[in-house]
Amino acid sequence: MANHTEQVRRTVLSGSGFVYWRRKISNTLFTVLFSSSILIVLLPLLLIVGYLFYKGASSVNLNFFIHRPAPVGEIGGGMGNAIIGSLYVVGLASAMGIPIGLLGGIYLGEFPHSKLSTVTRFVADVLNGTPSIVTGVFAYTVVVLPMKSFSAIAGGFALGVMMIPTIIRTTDEMLQTVPTSIREASLALGVPYWRTVLSVVLRSAKSGIVTGILLAVARVLGETAPLLFTSFNNAFYSYSLSEPISTLPVQIFNYAISPYRDWHRQAWAGALVLVMAILIVNMGVRAFSKQKYEHTL
Amino acid sequence: MTDNPNHFAGILTEDLKAYFGSVQVLKGIDISIPKNEVTAFIGPSGCGKTTFLRTLNRMHELAKNARITGRVLVDGQDIYASNIDPVLVRRKIGMVFQKPNPFPTMSIYDNVAAGLKLMGRHSRKELNDVVERTLLQAALWDEVKDSLKKSGASLSGGQQQRLCIARTLAVNPEVILMDEPASALDPISTAKIEELIFQLKELYTIVIVTHNMQQAARVSSFTAFFYLGELVEFSDTRDMFTRPKKKQTEDYITGRFG
Amino acid sequence: MALEIQDVPALQSPELKFEKRTFVRPDNVFKLVVGMFAFVVIVLLVWLGLQLYLSSQLAFHNLGFWGFIKGTTWDPVTGVFGALPFIYGTLVTSFVSLLIATPLGVGTAIFLAELSPKWLRRLLQPLVELLAGIPSVVYGLWGIFVLSPLMAMTVEPFLQDAFGYLPFFKGYPLGIGMLTASLILAIMIVPFIISVSTEVLSTVPVPLKEGMYALGATRWETVKRVSLPFAKSGISGSIVLALARALGETMAVTMVIGNTPKMSLSLLDPGYSMAAVIANEFTEATTSSYLSALVAVAFILLLITLIVNGAARWLIWRTTQSR
Repeated sequence: MANHTEQVRRTVLSGSGFVYWRRKISNTLFTVLFSSSILIVLLPLLLIVGYLFYKGASSVNLNFFIHRPAPVGEIGGGMGNAIIGSLYVVGLASAMGIPIGLLGGIYLGEFPHSKLSTVTRFVADVLNGTPSIVTGVFAYTVVVLPMKSFSAIAGGFALGVMMIPTIIRTTDEMLQTVPTSIREASLALGVPYWRTVLSVVLRSAKSGIVTGILLAVARVLGETAPLLFTSFNNAFYSYSLSEPISTLPVQIFNYAISPYRDWHRQAWAGALVLVMAILIVNMGVRAFSKQKYEHTL
Repeated sequence: MTDNPNHFAGILTEDLKAYFGSVQVLKGIDISIPKNEVTAFIGPSGCGKTTFLRTLNRMHELAKNARITGRVLVDGQDIYASNIDPVLVRRKIGMVFQKPNPFPTMSIYDNVAAGLKLMGRHSRKELNDVVERTLLQAALWDEVKDSLKKSGASLSGGQQQRLCIARTLAVNPEVILMDEPASALDPISTAKIEELIFQLKELYTIVIVTHNMQQAARVSSFTAFFYLGELVEFSDTRDMFTRPKKKQTEDYITGRFG
Repeated sequence: MALEIQDVPALQSPELKFEKRTFVRPDNVFKLVVGMFAFVVIVLLVWLGLQLYLSSQLAFHNLGFWGFIKGTTWDPVTGVFGALPFIYGTLVTSFVSLLIATPLGVGTAIFLAELSPKWLRRLLQPLVELLAGIPSVVYGLWGIFVLSPLMAMTVEPFLQDAFGYLPFFKGYPLGIGMLTASLILAIMIVPFIISVSTEVLSTVPVPLKEGMYALGATRWETVKRVSLPFAKSGISGSIVLALARALGETMAVTMVIGNTPKMSLSLLDPGYSMAAVIANEFTEATTSSYLSALVAVAFILLLITLIVNGAARWLIWRTTQSR
């Protein structure tokens, strides 16, 4: 018995034998496998960003930003109207989504255990999982059909509905992380509860909430599906709420599936601009969430 | 209950009972807390002293399922009467908490001015005056006068607590409730806070909850001993610590339990 | 410098007078207002579901709900609408994309959570997030012009050479079809699996792992026997959430799937998905029954994603409950 133990010890330390090598090889094998999976995942990113620059960069110039699309057969033109249109529609969406998300989120964060909060939280998660194309169909039936026209406002409505769940849930979570002691400190000063929430609690959670809002904006900025049959498209500059409007993602889609080489070139340029815009918003988010404290009340 | 006729009551409670849901934490407290004096509440953990303190400015009712019965009279007025706005009660009866809780996103200046600003007082001159005055009162002015724009969270624990006291003073309360204000602080900071309390009693009625009997003896004129949700004994501090009337009080202050 | 506080007039004889409270308490108004906005979210979802249900009545009326789902013919010209080819295409592409994305996603999560040094993880994670932030239409653009030719020239002929005897790889290597769509979907959903799984794996208690190492286990043995079992439910939840994303994904699929309403076993053949048919044909739907049929497809898609999301939430809920 003692002899056997001794033998086992020697085997373990000398690192020999079939079992030892099998274990060592499988460990190395899986380490290599896992390390290579990250490379495989990031390869498409490299390829996509690479192609965006390779195919798109040369077409991004001043004309691209200020001109509207040229008719078929004419070389040139740009996506100026689509860029303005995207900002316009996302602005409309924000005007709808931010107030509802923020105020509803305040209710969820401040009365977290009420029945209404529990149900709303669940509904927001469901809404968040709803495909964007379905939201687009909804916007079509409730805005486009009654108005009998594709319109900027219909696109804004669809994107606004999509923004609400993200904003309401971040606001909810951020408010719940504000310690009770902060609320008590304000209430003990004789500050009314509503004022405490709006000025003290919300302020303490500000960077997190702004982060959530910016992420929601960045997300809908690239949305195409819900805009196809709500804001539709427009070859001209348009600032009307009730008329179709061109947006960058829809314009990229239309150009990409067209048979014209020059339009493909423009689609790549538009995609490059769109991805860069989203990247900038995301970097802004990072910068903002680092900044913790401001001076003025 | 106090025998001293020179002091008229600042706060008077009648048969005050407090509950969390179905759990009763205060079993009918009658006390008469004198004006412009320091009154200490002592007792073992869980005896209800903090809950009682929080009923005095209607902070108790903010907790879930919390309620009270009985009356709390401040200068003869029942603060639980149906026509009373708790917000205004808290404006007149300030509170300093166990852990310093300056507003983390605000500067030192804004922390002190917060109460006034949130009530809609924005006159720069008034705010400057109040900030300087209350920081002086809180013995913090010399340490922070050159860094008013810095974050309140950048101060040391003791400084933060004095900042919280200045913040409370800035809304000009009549009564200041302190819930173990020095328990999270080092001895030097504690001494500063105690000195401050001693100076403030000239102008304010102060009620301080403490688990430290030496502290009660040092700063207070009157002491109330709570045990299991009841007020066991309330008397002049010196009497309490030299000639306790009740057996339980004696056991507690001599360290036999608690 | 000492200040005689007695000298400050503002502090002299403060009056203790509580004002009467007004009839309408501001705090109650505040609660009511923010509560109403929370309620708006519920109204929106109910409205959405109801609106789609009502607008699809015409389509269900003709064939019945199950008849519409089981119908294999989609012919707007003759007005015959059956949704099965789209349901088939959606399910097939989503499941194939999961087959590709799951090992890659979980493997990457294991690398990030267990193997990579902190600095590398901090460098790589934002890149994974960037992958999730690229718009669907950009994936589609890249799919049409880069991935699809690559599939047609290289990948699909290779698959046919190697596995051509399988029914899944018969037909012509067009580069446009369900396999390309699945591949694009896999690239798009893999960041969701990575970020949730990495998070779950990071919550595995260190003492558990140390216990395993102390027995002389290798890193892989520790991952296999401690980390993965611990994080199992959370990882499953992330995979199901990714599935829900794939089911509803529109643009990239529309651009590479081929948009042909037929059901083929071969992944190389073109197909159609529910989201894609809505995207392509909605603006062309001239008759009310055509439009209603498309809304009905959207309604079914909503139901499917509701069920899948519910399952994911249940899985994640079960993990958090068992701790």
